Amino acid sequence: MVQQAKTAATREAVGPTLVRLTREGLDIVVVDADLGYSTTTALFGREFPDRFFTVGVAEQNMIGVAAGLAAAGKIAFASTFAVFAPGHCFDQIRMAVAQPGLNVKLVASHGGVVTGEDGASAQAIEDLSLMLSMPGFRVIVPADVVEAEQAIEAAARSYGPFYIRVVRPKIPVIHDGSYRFQLGKANLLRPGSDVTVMASGVMVKAALDAAELLAADGIDCRVLNMASLKPLDEEAVLAAAAETGAIVTAEDHLIHGGLGSLVAQCVATQRPVPMAFVGMDDRYGTSGRWDQLLEHFGLTPQRIAEAAKETLARKSA
Amino acid sequence: MPSKVNVDELQAIARRIRRNIIGMTAAAQSGHPGGSLSCADIMVAIYWGLLRHDPRNPHWPERDRFVMSKGHASPAMYATLAEAGYFPTEELLTFRQLGSRLQGHNVIGKPPGVEMSAGALGMGLSFSLGLALAGRLDGKDYRVYCLLGDGDCQEGQTWEAILAAAHHSVDNLTAIVDRNHIQNDGFSDYARFPGGNGQRPQRPGGWVREDLHTVNVMSLDPFPEKWQAFGWYVQEVDGHDIPAIIAALENARAHRGQPGVVIAQTTKGKGVSFMENNPDFHGKATTPEQTEQALQELAD
Repeated sequence: MVQQAKTAATREAVGPTLVRLTREGLDIVVVDADLGYSTTTALFGREFPDRFFTVGVAEQNMIGVAAGLAAAGKIAFASTFAVFAPGHCFDQIRMAVAQPGLNVKLVASHGGVVTGEDGASAQAIEDLSLMLSMPGFRVIVPADVVEAEQAIEAAARSYGPFYIRVVRPKIPVIHDGSYRFQLGKANLLRPGSDVTVMASGVMVKAALDAAELLAADGIDCRVLNMASLKPLDEEAVLAAAAETGAIVTAEDHLIHGGLGSLVAQCVATQRPVPMAFVGMDDRYGTSGRWDQLLEHFGLTPQRIAEAAKETLARKSA
Repeated sequence: MPSKVNVDELQAIARRIRRNIIGMTAAAQSGHPGGSLSCADIMVAIYWGLLRHDPRNPHWPERDRFVMSKGHASPAMYATLAEAGYFPTEELLTFRQLGSRLQGHNVIGKPPGVEMSAGALGMGLSFSLGLALAGRLDGKDYRVYCLLGDGDCQEGQTWEAILAAAHHSVDNLTAIVDRNHIQNDGFSDYARFPGGNGQRPQRPGGWVREDLHTVNVMSLDPFPEKWQAFGWYVQEVDGHDIPAIIAALENARAHRGQPGVVIAQTTKGKGVSFMENNPDFHGKATTPEQTEQALQELAD
């Protein structure tokens, strides 16, 4: 069990979880492209040196080596920053992992603008769009360190390609030890009947805070944690559309190609309702502290609450 | 070399593979015959010379792995597997057709015996390295062979893998380069350009001829020295001399502490007069008349 704390970076779950699962007998190997210290896979490397393969700063090779290890029967984890994988190696992931459907788990850290001070080049805000574009890939964005540990375990215990996005800064822990992540299932964090906010990653806490703001105005807001982007819990999405009649999505990612697009496609084809999208609006990030950046780019409870009210206005119009 | 087969028989197998390469690309009216013909003797050397495999049990865990990185040479891969008994030769004529297992570029497991998908160049050696590392971790004595082309060796990922394989002292991996000096746009380097005589061109970089073929697309030379500098055990061989290829592969297999590469100097389109050293047949099938002539030239 990853140590409980009020805040923790979701990346902190990576190394310890892989160590635990390997001790439990899973045939895990890890390929590292010189970021094991940052992604925490170095903890695995220290524990299982024979199972830890460094390839240097060479992400394309990292993906190919992981694919080969997987084809030989291993549960192959490859880990680096999201700007490098998928950023540096989309085609390698596509042809060597996605198309053959090999048992490779890509754990990408430093997702989103919350990566912070390193600036736009280091902030992956288009990674989910790239990964969701590949048939057969499961895509998970854990909301906190508790969920990250369970998502990594779920990926390790399920055959086939996974993408798990974790983040650099210490963000609020919202789940307790009793929480159970389920692949393909949305997690209802707050019931509500007027509007639903569907959020992923760091924006789940913002969604909960937005629901408090809305409650003060007499608006009953449902909050769903959509950690499992793919497979998407269409049942929960359609139920929210039917029961609350308005949907806001919130994510630390471009509003195109991520959670918002997935939900919109589902809703548009099966149960159209007013929607609004909170995310990065067709622009790149900039340097700054992670919490300042969320504020700067409008990834806030206030913006989510405003968006919810906009959808409510359209619902009644 | 296994004593059961003699050189004449191996050459006869290579001719059959070449005829099937022509036949299947002609039937599909597409595909890449030139680079398939160039590696036919290499394929025979590997599959009949030393690969530990069982066509009736393609998933045998102890098998040696052959990884085709230059996926456009899938006709050579399929013709070899059919000849070795993985599937009936008649299936070759379904190449590139809707519903066929024989995809334009090879796809993992289609048919069983194809170890990996390919098509985008530069990926095979990384994958092969992963297989080799897994074999070493599991204490298995299988060997991994990876066939690369000139184009593969222009991709940065291949050099990442070359660096990493030497770094990890992976000695259960052998790379073979089908060095035919021709690629999609024209001549990889000046060595095979008609009139080039292996001299460095006076004009730096590449340039486009009247016939739109590029001369000197991207030089790889000095090629063996590059592999050597990266820490590999390097051999050069005539890529159409089957016994010589087998001998080099045996040397590489016996070599300890380093990965091995066999640089096989080959002729693109080998065996068909009008295809040899002709960039036109990199990615183009023969016409019915050309097919007839090619099959005559490749007859026993």
